[in-house]
Amino acid sequence: MWMFALPALLINVCIILIPALLTLAGAFFLWDGIGTPVWAGLANFQALFADPVFWSALANNFIWTAIFLVVPTCMALIMAATLMMVPHSRIVVQSIIFLPRILAAAITGRIFQGMIFSPATGLVGWLNGFGLSIADPLADPDRSLYAVAAVDIWHWWGFLAVVYFAAMRQISIDQIEAARLDGAGFFALLRYVLLPGIRPTLVLMMILTVIWSFQVFEFIYIVTQGGPAYGSEVLATLAYRQAFFANDVGKATAAACVMSLFGLAATSLYLWLQIRDGARAA
Amino acid sequence: MMDSRLNRTLCLTLIGVALFVSLLPIALAVMNALKTTVEISTNPLAPPVQFQWQNFSSAWKNAALGPSLLHSAQVTGLTIVLVCLTAAPCAYALARQQGRGFRFLTFYFMASITVPVQLYLYPLYFIFAKLGLVNSIPAVALIYTAMFSPFSIFLLRTYVLAIPVALEEAAEVDGATAWQKFFYVILPMMRPGLLTVAIIVGLNTWNEFVIAVTFLQNNDNVTAVVKFYNLTGQYSTDWGELLAAAVIIVLPVVLVFVLLQRRFIDGMTAGAVKS
Repeated sequence: MWMFALPALLINVCIILIPALLTLAGAFFLWDGIGTPVWAGLANFQALFADPVFWSALANNFIWTAIFLVVPTCMALIMAATLMMVPHSRIVVQSIIFLPRILAAAITGRIFQGMIFSPATGLVGWLNGFGLSIADPLADPDRSLYAVAAVDIWHWWGFLAVVYFAAMRQISIDQIEAARLDGAGFFALLRYVLLPGIRPTLVLMMILTVIWSFQVFEFIYIVTQGGPAYGSEVLATLAYRQAFFANDVGKATAAACVMSLFGLAATSLYLWLQIRDGARAA
Repeated sequence: MMDSRLNRTLCLTLIGVALFVSLLPIALAVMNALKTTVEISTNPLAPPVQFQWQNFSSAWKNAALGPSLLHSAQVTGLTIVLVCLTAAPCAYALARQQGRGFRFLTFYFMASITVPVQLYLYPLYFIFAKLGLVNSIPAVALIYTAMFSPFSIFLLRTYVLAIPVALEEAAEVDGATAWQKFFYVILPMMRPGLLTVAIIVGLNTWNEFVIAVTFLQNNDNVTAVVKFYNLTGQYSTDWGELLAAAVIIVLPVVLVFVLLQRRFIDGMTAGAVKS
């Protein structure tokens, strides 16, 4: 039976495992991507920790995590609960809010740049025509991270709503009907019936959100490249820049190790929760 | 009664807002793809006075979209084939074998789903550069296969688990080998799962950015999404043409989505919802 698993395993080991191990090792070498790597001990990490951009990038990863744990989660839960209340046209609504998820990040990013944020051709410019004066948020180091987050939330929240809705539909109808007969309104139903009912899915998505938030790259690289003035820089864009534009592969791999550490922490937390719940159920 | 009418109004309002938010950027993109640059900067929200279909033809010509769409189709097709070929037998093995080795293998594939691209991207790039595999479409398809097969294995595994073992035992009595059982009993019953895998892997590959922008660097092999990304440097003022290019690249994905939306949504939300 091992022959059945071998091709998939072989590809995975060559493309993911071996390079991942090399990344862990590479963090301890000085390398420009061309010459011979030189043993560096902790020099890459020292250089990284001495770099103020590293700390602001790490802070941005934490801000991103906080935003994504709260904003899309709330939007998705409210939408999912709403869909539970309406008996008709659920499929159409689900398909439409899911649609942003299937568009390529490079395209979504550019559409938001041109059609929403641009003061010349976008919604922001149109609003400014009415006497408002909203500056281009992508050109402002203090607001660019939030502007990119808005793009990613638009892309992500509908998918999340569909996931939560699918989970809520597995809750028994009797329970929901009983709560409604007791006079539970929208928020009471959400708080006391729907949320507890989808707890496993909710926990899983929250953990995945933390893992993904420390890996976030695509939208930031596409829309702002981490700028302006490193305002929206996160660990992944910092690592990418170090490897391919500053030719400091050692520092890039060190940054990649740091960001993976947070993912590992979130995964461990999840496994711990699973084991704890398993023990409690037994 | 009063309360339920209030709830109803609240629900419909929320749905209305959600639909508006989801559709606004898409509607703006499609509408402005049909306008001149002057019209767009005068009022991005106004409908086109006269449909500027030439935006599409000039986007197609100037951006050389034809070749890059072909590259996207090649990478996507090759990745789908490779994932199906490798993930299906692996899913079968993981579903039917209970030994310690296979349990570890299950754990290994599970772990590799959460590994960030950044953790293997840099060594992989420099290894591929040494081997002369940068700018090679099959090499990129191989990377995608590694990235997307763990999830496919778990999705297909649930299909195998749903097939009664008695069917295989019957084949065994008739003297079927493991491979024969796989080809004649398991594979036909896995077909809906393979279709779901093909759709999701196809979507992810068509849209993928990080690997594509890193490993495919010139016009002879760049994918449509990266081509579009590179265009903006040159044409960033000509939004009509740019948006027309965006519509062309997105169109195949949206068409498949409209045709097979149930399978799309169920496949992508599987895994997250445990019953």
